[in-house]
Amino acid sequence: MARIGVFVCWCGENIARTVDVEKVTAAAAEMPGVRCAINYKYMCSDPGQASIREKIQSEKLRGVVVASCSPHMHLKTFRAAAQAAGLNPYLVEMANIREHCSWVHHNKDEATEKAIQLIRMTVGKVLRNHALNPIKVPLTKRALVIGGGVAGIQASLDIADAGYEVVLVEREPSIGGKMAGLSETFPTLDCSQCILTPRMVEVGQHPNIRLYSYSEVEAVDGYVGNFEVTIRKKARYVDIDKCTGCGDCWTKCPSKKNLSEFDQGMGTRTAIYVPFPQAVPARPVIDKEACLHFKTGKCGACQKRCQAGAINFEDEDQLVKENVGAVIIATGYKLYKITDAQNNAKYTGYGEYGYGQYPDVIDGLQFERIVSASGPTGGEIKRPSDGAEPKNIVFIACVGSRDNAKGMTFCSKICCMYTAKHTMLYKHKVHDGQAHVFYMDIRAGGKNYDEFVRRAIEKDGAKYYRGRVSKITQENGKLIVRGTDTLVGEPITVEADMVVLATAMQPADGARELAQKLKVGYDEFGFLSESHPKLRPVETTSAGVYICGACHAPKDIPEAVAQASAAAGKVQVMFGKGELTREPEIAVINEQTCAACYACVRTCPYGAIEKAEIRDRKGNLVKYTARVNQGLCMGCGTCVAVCPSKSADIEGFSEQQIYEMVKNLV
Amino acid sequence: MSDTNPFEPKIVAYVCNWCTYLGADLAGTNRLEYPSNVRIIRLPCTGRIDFNLVIKAFEMGADAVLVSGCHPGDCHYTAGNYHARRRWMLARPLLETLGIDMRRIHFTWISAAEGRKFQETITEITDTTRALGPYEGYRKLAEASA
Repeated sequence: MARIGVFVCWCGENIARTVDVEKVTAAAAEMPGVRCAINYKYMCSDPGQASIREKIQSEKLRGVVVASCSPHMHLKTFRAAAQAAGLNPYLVEMANIREHCSWVHHNKDEATEKAIQLIRMTVGKVLRNHALNPIKVPLTKRALVIGGGVAGIQASLDIADAGYEVVLVEREPSIGGKMAGLSETFPTLDCSQCILTPRMVEVGQHPNIRLYSYSEVEAVDGYVGNFEVTIRKKARYVDIDKCTGCGDCWTKCPSKKNLSEFDQGMGTRTAIYVPFPQAVPARPVIDKEACLHFKTGKCGACQKRCQAGAINFEDEDQLVKENVGAVIIATGYKLYKITDAQNNAKYTGYGEYGYGQYPDVIDGLQFERIVSASGPTGGEIKRPSDGAEPKNIVFIACVGSRDNAKGMTFCSKICCMYTAKHTMLYKHKVHDGQAHVFYMDIRAGGKNYDEFVRRAIEKDGAKYYRGRVSKITQENGKLIVRGTDTLVGEPITVEADMVVLATAMQPADGARELAQKLKVGYDEFGFLSESHPKLRPVETTSAGVYICGACHAPKDIPEAVAQASAAAGKVQVMFGKGELTREPEIAVINEQTCAACYACVRTCPYGAIEKAEIRDRKGNLVKYTARVNQGLCMGCGTCVAVCPSKSADIEGFSEQQIYEMVKNLV
Repeated sequence: MSDTNPFEPKIVAYVCNWCTYLGADLAGTNRLEYPSNVRIIRLPCTGRIDFNLVIKAFEMGADAVLVSGCHPGDCHYTAGNYHARRRWMLARPLLETLGIDMRRIHFTWISAAEGRKFQETITEITDTTRALGPYEGYRKLAEASA
């Protein structure tokens, strides 16, 4: 049975200089189970591989040990060579006699002796190897995209254009995300809505995209290739199939003084509303908290006016299930809310800036709405308190960012750029006004970014002070901003009419809970973790789940879009194959001996072990057992170490294989 | 290692595939020399290493055992090294009670970038084990319990 071939590589001089390869080959030939042993100058070269293939066939080998470099270097190469000769690739193992031997030991006798021992150990292991086959996992070629901001839109359209179905879930009544509310975008100053809304319409009309607006992901079951997602369609009180979006309902709604979420509280909306005119879907939703029908039971103006009969006050949340093979998370960001942060033990906030106390102290997204042509002021810059045009406006950067003491340690990355943009937009509208910026550093890395900031300073005359603001007070209708210009070394006081805080970016609410449902990691701030910061930037540790946009880290639009296309590309790579194949070197549980203590279930970092039942043909319960989900297991072996009944094992690194290696040490 | 030579210890290193094994590879690539006493056994993750493996190595004649994986937070499998650390904290007093010589069990983190640390660790373990002498104690312990 045991017919093992040992192939000793010289690696040119790299091994042969310090290891006596002839002696090693002779010793290997004498090892129990070894059928033949040869050496060659370069085993990885074509003639070297050919000699392995030839020996596999002529000697009818049942196992191969290649004694050469690190398995990280060439295990795949030699396994492929074996497979070409008809040998199961998982019967091939490597003894690392280069990195772990010839390169680190200079005494030839010692190195030769060690090389022989390493080969003996590996031969012992191969004696216990058995043929494994790649695991095939069925694949549902549909993708779920969570979040309909610019990243989610980009990812959805890419996948849908490639011919695969997409389920897009958006929590708000319309897709569009934060970008839909922006005025103009850096560094080109093109109008945000002009570039985004056509993409939104494309999503709404795409035959391959099923859009769930005003919906949230309730639960996720299954694993890569085979997720079952439960989506909560929140009660909208409007039947969007009947509704034509004519607008009769919201023009007649008597409850008009509700703060508009889309306008960041800078404007108002009715109780039945579409968040903004270009919404997709262009269908309204009723805000139950604001609606007089729900509050008093008397009003029903919208229902009376609606000719389509689309208003349904009896509407309830619905749970729907969708099957998908891959998931992209694109849940985006929110801004650090200083008023909320006051009560948070972790962040002490910036109470001294008077946000939430002085109406004319606002944040960056609120300023976007004020300066936007579609905003509550129609694009005229009017301050919230009295509608006056501010002649002196102060922008404060890094509010909550890069601040160990009161906020977050990270750089929010986009604020330098949007603050420069704000000063320009302001100057373009208030020609006799003056913009003042307090900053820590200007971080304008990006194509045409630094030029943009220089333009704000040199052409549009924004005054930049390198320093922090210590306090803002209100005196005689002015906001007194006290700070320092550290470059000049002087304290500075600006009598401002309005102050805009560039507050830090944070992951959107609920991102952590969603990450837990999808078994994706996140950092201390709640930003989702990529699988590898350099080489796997859109993958997560959860197979089949990808991330893009600001849910991962602070990002601007071009980066979010690029990452979204990358994630969509990864999904297409996966869908391009007929079925999923996975490495078979994963955990396996002996269900006969499993005591069903489920220590492994609790330990598995991937949730890859499930509780299962063994039943006889009549359906009677025989026993409970743990069972490995081959689609999820990554093969770490943590379950093996915790299993008290020794029922868990890892293929390719089995208990027997390792014991055999240890036995051959002496 | 003939009889005339001084005692040369046998050292078994159970290492994870993603950090310490690659750290050892890097030591090789950088030609960082260390004593040839160590035999590396590659496992997917330190989370896989239960203390039966450590005992087994002693049973088979090892004089010292090293368990080494990724640094906390760096685990390829997210948390395997935390499991290994917790298991070590629990097993340590148990092994001590059993009479195992704790100076012969080493536990460390070596990343894929730490070729030099691998070199230093192996050199140090070899030196201390050489000074300790052969692990006769385990043989006596095993005989006593047999």
